[in-house]
Amino acid sequence: MTLPKRFRNISLILGTLIVLAIVICAVFAPYLTTHGIEQMDMRNRFSGPTLTHWLGTDNFGRDLWSRLIFGARVSLTIACISVAVSCIIGTAVGLAAGYFGGWTDLILMRITDIFLGFPAIVLALAIVAVLGPGMVNVALAIIVVAWTEYARVVRATTLMLREQNYVLAAKALGADPARILVKEILPNAMGPIIVLASLGFGTAIISESALSFLGFGLPPPTPTWGWTLSYGTRFMRDEPWLAIIAGATIMVTVLGFNLLGDGLRDALDPRHLSRSAGKKK
Amino acid sequence: MQDLALEKTMEPALAVSNLNVEILGENGAFPVVSEMSLSVNRGETVCIVGESGCGKSMTALSLLRLLPESARVASGSIKIHGEDFLAMDQRKMEDFRGDKIAMIFQEPLTALNPVLTIGEQISESVRQHRKLGKREAFARAVKCLELVQMPDPERRARQYPHELSGGMRQRAMIALALACEPKIIIADEPTTALDVTVQAQILGLISDLQKRLGTAQILITHDLGVVAEIADRVIVMYAGRPVEECSVYELFDNPLHPYTIGLMGAVPHRGEAEAAPRRLADIPGTVPPLWDLPKGCAFAPRCPGASSRCLEERPPFVEMKPGHFAACWEHDHA
Repeated sequence: MTLPKRFRNISLILGTLIVLAIVICAVFAPYLTTHGIEQMDMRNRFSGPTLTHWLGTDNFGRDLWSRLIFGARVSLTIACISVAVSCIIGTAVGLAAGYFGGWTDLILMRITDIFLGFPAIVLALAIVAVLGPGMVNVALAIIVVAWTEYARVVRATTLMLREQNYVLAAKALGADPARILVKEILPNAMGPIIVLASLGFGTAIISESALSFLGFGLPPPTPTWGWTLSYGTRFMRDEPWLAIIAGATIMVTVLGFNLLGDGLRDALDPRHLSRSAGKKK
Repeated sequence: MQDLALEKTMEPALAVSNLNVEILGENGAFPVVSEMSLSVNRGETVCIVGESGCGKSMTALSLLRLLPESARVASGSIKIHGEDFLAMDQRKMEDFRGDKIAMIFQEPLTALNPVLTIGEQISESVRQHRKLGKREAFARAVKCLELVQMPDPERRARQYPHELSGGMRQRAMIALALACEPKIIIADEPTTALDVTVQAQILGLISDLQKRLGTAQILITHDLGVVAEIADRVIVMYAGRPVEECSVYELFDNPLHPYTIGLMGAVPHRGEAEAAPRRLADIPGTVPPLWDLPKGCAFAPRCPGASSRCLEERPPFVEMKPGHFAACWEHDHA
């Protein structure tokens, strides 16, 4: 297998492998679990890793491996929804603010600042507290904070791209603003957007876990990672396995997305692009 | 139908009168283009010549209403087929751009979108003005590439700008400008970024296409060799103003303005059997900054024949001989 040179970097490859593994777990969850997620084995509570319970069991004797696998589904679903929606909102706001400038820019960016002004987790807690728990509401709580990042980055990219000659050339050929934004600027801004989105997955998973940890995520018995970690800490002194494994799962997943994002950043860096284009000349 | 009606009226394709463009600087506005007038008929090529910073490119951009935010048209009118282009609303202006009037840019690498294929860019532009499906538009893009003699157009249409050579990119750029068969083409130094052999090919292509399609053409250049090659009429600009306008033959045989004469002298000549190569003439001094123009003729400080009147009063741009305009006191009596 030959990869183009710019994709041959360790964090990109490692990140892709971790993310791929977790996505496979989530998608094929029913085939990978060894026990039902609510199946209790009271004689083997807090069993620690054994041959039957690969990652041990929790305080009700439920199989931790199976619960974490299904937890991946919850985390990834919420992350997917929140990344997709916040990416779309943020990109649209950023494109409009960056391209039209002036009052449009001023108003849109001040709105963005307002959302950034709140401490993220407090805002998210408030939203879940008002709307009640549930997958959509948790995703919404994450979106409300996450879109600002896209708006700011896309605005900055648009400010740079709108001065490009090909945008002038497109105007000279009669393209209207909508067409220029969608056909000329957006495709050229995809690099930073993709990088942000992959980093955004990590942030979304952390946020979702934090909400579940605080009891504002999906209610039990849904097997969320955050809640598993949260009640794991209660038995930390005698049975540290539970919390450690749940925490490590979150950490490795987020690490995977961050490595992927960093790797993509290096691979899609315009300086790398110009260097390879320069060689071809 | 409408096109027919437009052509029947003997209006020039593009008529610019008394155009003034200014840049809004920190210390107020200063002019970059002053009292520019020109008209181009169907099938005619007008060259605008001058050195860097004389307002050539600003003139070109203002003709398409593409001036940067810091600049604006202060006064004057631009008429395309008799319709006032400056007075049009955004929508109508966008309809005109690309369809009636198009521009070929100087650097084809930066003027093509790096992340879209050549074919996509051309068909995008076509779909902006014509109701065509994606596939039809793409077929038209391939036709356009064929028209500009792009080798292997079918394959090139599916390639990205960085996969093409400089000459091919400029061909693609020209195909892009021609895609909707505009009646007026503005080319801003279309051959400057290319090497000499490719320059000749592209110039040949431009004048050949013009003969076939009968477009009115404005070509902006600083290269008198290019002018000699394809111009019908020439406008020489200096410090934002036209200083001489005449037919291309008249310009080379009988230049009136001392600046034009100086430009001619600064072109290397070849062939004349001289024992020792003649030293290339130059024009002493530099162009005055546009925000600090002299009171009289802008060229007077550098002019070998400047009189006290030249320093005091600006010469008007008048017809010295039939069809030959110049702005110079020296030739006032001629």
